[in-house]
Amino acid sequence: MTLHIPTTPAFKANARAALDNANLQSALRGSRSNSVSKRAKARADLPEFDDLRDRARDLKNAVLANLDLYLEAYEAKVVESGGVVHWAETAEDAQRIVLEICRAAGAKTVNKGKTMISEECAINDHLIANGITPVETDLGEYIIQLRGEIPSHIIAPAVHVTVREVETAFRKAHTHLPADRDLSDLAALMHEARGVLREKYFEAEVGITGANMLVAETGQSVIVTNEGNGDLSQSLPRVHIVMASLEKIVPTLEDAATVLRVLARSATGQESTVYTTFSKGPRRVGDPDGPEEYHVVLLDNGRTNMLGTDFQDMLRCIRCGACMNHCPVYQAVGGHAYGWVYPGPMGAVLTPSLIGVEQGGQLPNASTFCGRCEAVCPMRIPLPKMMRNWREREFEKKLTPGATRAGLGVWAWVAQRPALYRLATRLAIASLRLTGGKRGRIRSLPLAGGWTGQRDMPAPQGDTFMAQWARRR
Amino acid sequence: MSGPSVALFVTCLVDMFRPSVGFATVKLLQDAGCTVTAPRAQTCCGQPAYNAGDRETAKAIARQVIAAFEGFDHVVAPSGSCAATIAKDYPAMFDAGDPWQARAAALGARTWEITAFLTDVLGIETVAQAATQAAAVTATYHDSCSGLRSLGVHAQPRRLLASVEGLELREMVESDVCCGFGGMFCVKYPDISNVMVGDKTRNIAETGAELLLAGDLGCLMNMAGKASREGRAFKARHVVEVLAGDLAGPAIGEAT
Repeated sequence: MTLHIPTTPAFKANARAALDNANLQSALRGSRSNSVSKRAKARADLPEFDDLRDRARDLKNAVLANLDLYLEAYEAKVVESGGVVHWAETAEDAQRIVLEICRAAGAKTVNKGKTMISEECAINDHLIANGITPVETDLGEYIIQLRGEIPSHIIAPAVHVTVREVETAFRKAHTHLPADRDLSDLAALMHEARGVLREKYFEAEVGITGANMLVAETGQSVIVTNEGNGDLSQSLPRVHIVMASLEKIVPTLEDAATVLRVLARSATGQESTVYTTFSKGPRRVGDPDGPEEYHVVLLDNGRTNMLGTDFQDMLRCIRCGACMNHCPVYQAVGGHAYGWVYPGPMGAVLTPSLIGVEQGGQLPNASTFCGRCEAVCPMRIPLPKMMRNWREREFEKKLTPGATRAGLGVWAWVAQRPALYRLATRLAIASLRLTGGKRGRIRSLPLAGGWTGQRDMPAPQGDTFMAQWARRR
Repeated sequence: MSGPSVALFVTCLVDMFRPSVGFATVKLLQDAGCTVTAPRAQTCCGQPAYNAGDRETAKAIARQVIAAFEGFDHVVAPSGSCAATIAKDYPAMFDAGDPWQARAAALGARTWEITAFLTDVLGIETVAQAATQAAAVTATYHDSCSGLRSLGVHAQPRRLLASVEGLELREMVESDVCCGFGGMFCVKYPDISNVMVGDKTRNIAETGAELLLAGDLGCLMNMAGKASREGRAFKARHVVEVLAGDLAGPAIGEAT
């Protein structure tokens, strides 16, 4: 079965379309300053926040240094509690495993809590192609499922959708409800989604959730939600499938608590999410509820190849979304322009790791290296450094555009010959001043249309500093 | 007793587009008692190559800069971006054990952005700028990314500006958000860059300030170029021009 086809190589065209999309721009503008100020307040309210970031970074580094041991310990605990761990080397493996479990359960409907790993593996498409109906229960995921989209943000999947667009999607999908009902405000929309989804919870034979963490010492999976949909998705159906990538391991419950303390604050500015749910194994004798079967699908899909490389630090990511909330490029174009599952700065590093730099190379280039992502990352992931590392891989593989390479080559050759450089800069100034010297600015410049298309180019003052300095000595 | 010897890294943009920023920097350093030299062998810090993924070229240029600048007490640049390249990127470019790594680290530890050098190293709180402000001026300050996040330049320029008589600083919204210049970014992704700089010029205009100040000429040319295309009223200058009292010449992108 096919996976999501990346449109990542068309990032520039995607971005252009996103900038021209008035609804998208309105939705992005609406959310922008909100997430930044909430995170800033949460950080300010917790004096030890930066110390917690250090601890979170260090504990995850320790996991990555011995990932195999932690995974084995985790699996043993899951098995001990009556659950099953399935190792999925690729996204296709994960699709096959999930479908087999669903078929064995006789599933017609599968309820889903929010899971990015399911998006990475295109589980919904695979289930539909095999006659099983997936129902997204996270409100944002439900909205984009109705619209036939993939998430545009890793924790706010429908952040690109305006309220009026949600109303349109609901009216189209919920045809069993009176056509003249009032959906003019947010509360009405939420009430309607809640009512529709409540029915679905009792129909599903299988519930799929993601995992924010997997705890090695206990064999628990942890999810954080604000809607409680994850709890209903995993406890009501007969079978619970956890989909997680293998770097989600933390050693102990104390470590999980450390990560939780930075996660919600970084993501939404909450001290903690409304629901934090720990799950372990199937229902035991005497338990009032819970699934009869508990499966964990552990996805690699290229992640172990990142161990020991320049990109290992990316595996610390806890998917809070702070990097994209603070990224001026993401805020300008939204998540879909990135063309695959993971957008923003974390996507710019992770996407080339998972689908190859040949496909994903545009993303690490689409950054000013402003560094705001790294400054807010709770796991202190050096995102700009790793984007530069991808540019280096591209340069080594000669994937950098020929004109860029040639221009850079000439410039570098001259820059290493100071006397020649002095001459070249004075010639460049003379020609620039011919173009716009008197007006002080240049409105159109050959070969620099990228600049002068939408802004003027300030003209040089006159001679170079170095020439004037030499004359003054 | 003479003050510290300072090598001026003038930066390629100041050298070519706005030498007056270089001379204003020299004046501030000399007023502070420094002996200033501008080493002849300087061209560019190599950041364009480093950020394009061409690490070998970046290292070659870094070696040239290190050799030309390591004989001085300090290296000072009127740019947080170029200073950060020398101070932070050079030491990371070379592998541990490479003799150039130790030389890069030693130079990096003595390399400064101009306002940080004046305040953090020399302990200067007030500048003795010439009284050229005929009337009171309102200004707003943009925090350029590398200076802010790699070098921690934020309070230093504001502290010095507070000592300029007649100058009122009005903070803009999102002064710490990138202006969209980003070196080659602005020509590789002009559409996105344009949105970012458009947000910035709007935030600047909303302060009502007459003057935009910043510590990096690349960002200033981007913002001034956008403002001029939009017909905005504010002028743009490098922060050292105000600190050195050099407001006689045209602002960035202004007609002579």
